[in-house]
Amino acid sequence: MIGYAIRRILYMIPILFGVTLLTFTLFNVFGGDPARRYAGKHATEEQVQVIRAELGLDRSLPAQYVYFVKQIATFDYGRSWASKQLISTMITDGIGATLSLTAPAFAASTIFCIFLALFSVYGRGTIFDRGIVVTCLGLMSISSLVYILALQYLLAFRGGLFPISGWDPSWAGRWEYLTLPWIIMFVLSLGPNILIFRTVIMDEAFQDYARTARAKGLAEKHIYAKHILKNAMIPIITVVVIEMPVLISGSVLIENFFGIPGLGGTMIKALNDSDFPVIKAFTVMSAVVYMLFNLLSDLLYSAVDPRVKLG
Amino acid sequence: MSLASTSSASQSVQQNSLWWDAFRRFKRNKVGVISLFTILVYVLIAIGSATGLLYPHASQGEQYLPMSWQHPFGTDIFGRDILGRAVHGTSTAISIGLLASSLSLIIGVVLGALAGYFGKKVDAAVVWLYTVVDSVPYILLIPALTFVLGRGLINVFIAVGLTSWVTTARLVRGEFMKHKDRDYVLAAHAIGAGDGRKIFGHILPNVAHLAFVQFGLGFVAAIKIEVILSYLGLGVDPSQPSWGLMIDDAKNELARPFFGNLAAATLFMFGLILAFNLFNDALREALDPKMKNK
Repeated sequence: MIGYAIRRILYMIPILFGVTLLTFTLFNVFGGDPARRYAGKHATEEQVQVIRAELGLDRSLPAQYVYFVKQIATFDYGRSWASKQLISTMITDGIGATLSLTAPAFAASTIFCIFLALFSVYGRGTIFDRGIVVTCLGLMSISSLVYILALQYLLAFRGGLFPISGWDPSWAGRWEYLTLPWIIMFVLSLGPNILIFRTVIMDEAFQDYARTARAKGLAEKHIYAKHILKNAMIPIITVVVIEMPVLISGSVLIENFFGIPGLGGTMIKALNDSDFPVIKAFTVMSAVVYMLFNLLSDLLYSAVDPRVKLG
Repeated sequence: MSLASTSSASQSVQQNSLWWDAFRRFKRNKVGVISLFTILVYVLIAIGSATGLLYPHASQGEQYLPMSWQHPFGTDIFGRDILGRAVHGTSTAISIGLLASSLSLIIGVVLGALAGYFGKKVDAAVVWLYTVVDSVPYILLIPALTFVLGRGLINVFIAVGLTSWVTTARLVRGEFMKHKDRDYVLAAHAIGAGDGRKIFGHILPNVAHLAFVQFGLGFVAAIKIEVILSYLGLGVDPSQPSWGLMIDDAKNELARPFFGNLAAATLFMFGLILAFNLFNDALREALDPKMKNK
């Protein structure tokens, strides 16, 4: 298993090479002249030249690419073009805000959805089960933008239950601003989560061991609580771990709407400002996080299921 | 030669009955049939608005008129009838869904088929490519692509199509790996079928059910992404009618309070996406070989 992990980590190098090549090509080759874009519409040719030299865009493309790769290898992402802040500081500043938004909602939704899915499979074929499936599909048929707009309007603007948007840097004052975003994130995740967990648990409910347990006369409730849930936890863990990068990349739209100074909001701002260094740094960071959690998911799978041997 | 023709004839009989079975199962599913009809109604609305039969010209009147018989959802900031905007938005949504998921389906099926069939270096290259694309979160990749390509309907579907083929490729690759050494493929090889014929003539029809379901899922995803892209200012051109732009407009109208845009766009979108979700569900059940004798 250690050999497998090492091989997987080594495989991340060609993937990262691809990711850097992709982002570099997108922004530096096809993206037009960033210096001109950045200097604004009314800049003179000299001004553009100065900015180009300042941003290091006057070098050849291969030289720029090598510089970009060197930045990644040394974890030195440089500074934002827009705010001149160090990008590493922007990331460490944003991560706390993002996690305080995503982590509680993610945990609550995962636990709630596993139990609802279990009840749904337990009553499969009944109106209750069918109702849950159709409700989930219905919930997923509305744009996430509409949830944010409608709930913000109804509960905050009209109802006055929560502040419309804002942020308190202290941990103690933060929850007041986060309650409504938590609710929205929770609601948004219900549909997809319940359906995934339901499929996973449904697969387990017809395995041989479940039939054996039924044949020896165990109560159906006991089979679900003790046998099926335990076995379904293996695929559930892998699904949950694969979804975990969302915790970091955050919910871009929610952060944007509620003025939460997290990573998602920073990214939208960078996209609007054509802030290439920030976008590139975020892309590479997200790719690394994604690959690490994918690897973790595979390793966990073999750790909790002795039948799976990674070779 | 005669051997080849008899074998392909019996093959086509087999195929017909397989698809016929699926059709029979689908027909019995009331929810599936109703949702298929709903989708067809939307397609008719889209064709009607694109050809100018429905709401041919945006009549300009007073702005922010409340709901009335003449304007069921009122009028927007430019005095245009909101129902008319939503009807025209249907053709935008359907064309984005159709074109984006067709593009991703073609890329996904071709790359997945080549990787699964040829294996070795081709497989390594395709797996590398889709792992790279998959590693970049779509919320970064799609805006980056539309940012580079520019705004507009065509660029939105290219961006969505180029980024959403990974799951299809992965599934098709897996199926091709399973199928390529099966007896029927070996038999086709024995009578002299080339690689192209084996891939597209023999294996592909046996894994096509996967592609159908993926197409439906891609359709729904593309419509939802368009809404978010339009909100971010990276979607279709502001002069185009689109549900995403209507929801974006609604953001500034809630405080007035005016709900016409939000209500119309949400209702239209809800109907189409729910119908598609239910249709996909019914399709998946009908195509599932495990359900064959039920």
